[in-house]
Amino acid sequence: MDINKDLVAASATPLVLAILAGRDSYGYAILKRVSELSGGRLEWSDGMLYPVLHRLERLGYIAGKWQKSESGRKRKYYRITPRGKVQLAAERGQWQAVDAALRNVWLLLAVRAAPDPSLQGR
Amino acid sequence: MTADTELLERQIAEWRSFVGSGKAIADSDVEELEGHLRDQIEALTAAGLAADEAFLIAVKRIGSLNALSREFAREHSDRLWRQLVLGSGGSGEKPLRKEPIVVVALAVAAAAAIKIPELFGIRFAGDAQDFYARNLGFFVLPFLTAYLAWKRDLGAAGFVRLLIPFAAAAAVVNLYPFRPQGHTFVLAAIHLPIALWLVVGLAYVVFRWRDSDERMNFVRFSGELFIYYVLIALGGGVLSLFTMAMFEAIGLRAETFITQWLLSCGAMGAVIVGSWLVEAKQGVIENMAPVLTRLFTPLFTLVLVVFLATMIWTSRGIDVQREVLIGFDLLLAVVLGLLLYAVSARDPLSPPGAFDFLHLILVVSALVVDVVALAAIAARISDFGFTPNRTAALGENLILLVNLSWSAWLYARFVRGRAPFSALERWQTSYLPVYSLWAAIVVVVFPLIFSFA
Repeated sequence: MDINKDLVAASATPLVLAILAGRDSYGYAILKRVSELSGGRLEWSDGMLYPVLHRLERLGYIAGKWQKSESGRKRKYYRITPRGKVQLAAERGQWQAVDAALRNVWLLLAVRAAPDPSLQGR
Repeated sequence: MTADTELLERQIAEWRSFVGSGKAIADSDVEELEGHLRDQIEALTAAGLAADEAFLIAVKRIGSLNALSREFAREHSDRLWRQLVLGSGGSGEKPLRKEPIVVVALAVAAAAAIKIPELFGIRFAGDAQDFYARNLGFFVLPFLTAYLAWKRDLGAAGFVRLLIPFAAAAAVVNLYPFRPQGHTFVLAAIHLPIALWLVVGLAYVVFRWRDSDERMNFVRFSGELFIYYVLIALGGGVLSLFTMAMFEAIGLRAETFITQWLLSCGAMGAVIVGSWLVEAKQGVIENMAPVLTRLFTPLFTLVLVVFLATMIWTSRGIDVQREVLIGFDLLLAVVLGLLLYAVSARDPLSPPGAFDFLHLILVVSALVVDVVALAAIAARISDFGFTPNRTAALGENLILLVNLSWSAWLYARFVRGRAPFSALERWQTSYLPVYSLWAAIVVVVFPLIFSFA
């Protein structure tokens, strides 16, 4: 399924923050986690993740640190900051509001699809 | 090492240098991407693919270099500053060949504009100094705005919207019954360009004045324009000297030509040409401006600290003469400009370093100097009452006080790792309109309050 680019971009911040709120991680692992969580439907082009990470880092929501991984390679690990947690809570509230509104709209559509006698006379 | 991994290493190295050549992507970013590439290749080979196949797929997943550069450039607009990844083939860029023509035309127009009043007998050298003093901004800033509006595709409607403030300001300063060379008149003439610079800024940011990054870019633009302008002025000075000397040799005096034409026209045209150079040759100044700030930050810090120490040591107060106060205001404005420019040139991601401590000292000492000056002005006002000059000085020092105290607070938090650098950036950019609005108040409201004294 092709998900609209704007939608992918908008959902990137809460997804990354939420994943990092679970545990510290690095780019490749975050990307795999996103793919898992969305059942493979949310496909980010790999390179696009890093500008997102850098933006969140600049805003102080996450902090990055170069570390040696188990395999001996240098990796940049990111962790969420207290500011990031605040932001995550805010994003969560916003998305829940959007989600609730959309749910109601889908519900309305479902009701309309079935002929509604109370609407006939108007 | 097997032949397979050797080939893979060579391919990765090639990819690395290819990606690294895009200037929006810094070395540390390339390293991060390379780590990603290797993780991906590992996962793919573990799933049974051959190394070269895995490499191809991993590279493809990272995305095309163009798209990648664009995304990185969008996030790191400060890096974009030095190159034109977006420009070549990007949207919204003007064809380069036409640009010099537009620039030259506008520069000539600005240069001609300053000579037009002479056609009506308002001579620069004569008693019409007041006319030029209050109208100086209008000879060049509308042309600069026109250039930016053209460059950024604002269209005729957008440009006309920007002309309205110019027209309003021109009406105010030319219709007010100022006393010749009066205090309020001199203040208005000094403050008008500062107020109008906001309009130029609006054109620069394409009306996106809420965008903090765009404002920061405008700060960079202003600082770099200043540097280019000084360089052009130096070159113009050398040219004038040679011209005079050469014509002297054949017995002709070129002074009149130089003072009446070259100087005034050049000063106007150079603003347009300088702006174009800032836009077109960003790489040149990009390397120089941070060096200049690094050079002068310690020097200004030293001057301020030594000054404060001397003042405490000799327990002398500030002598409240008008010139002294103006000098102080200028010094503080320069310090603030230095700080603003240092903030704009800094990589917001790098951790606090020695220079940040230096900046903190600079800000704090400037704050103390500001408080001292403010106390002196307040004492003067309580003794002798409000005058236009004292009120303007009071207002400016208060504005600086607010900015410097909050900057010091944010800087201290940043140095101790409590807040990101972007907090300071945002504070500085959101404070920018305050300067112009205050300048507008001095131009428009002061003459009314002080009855054109």
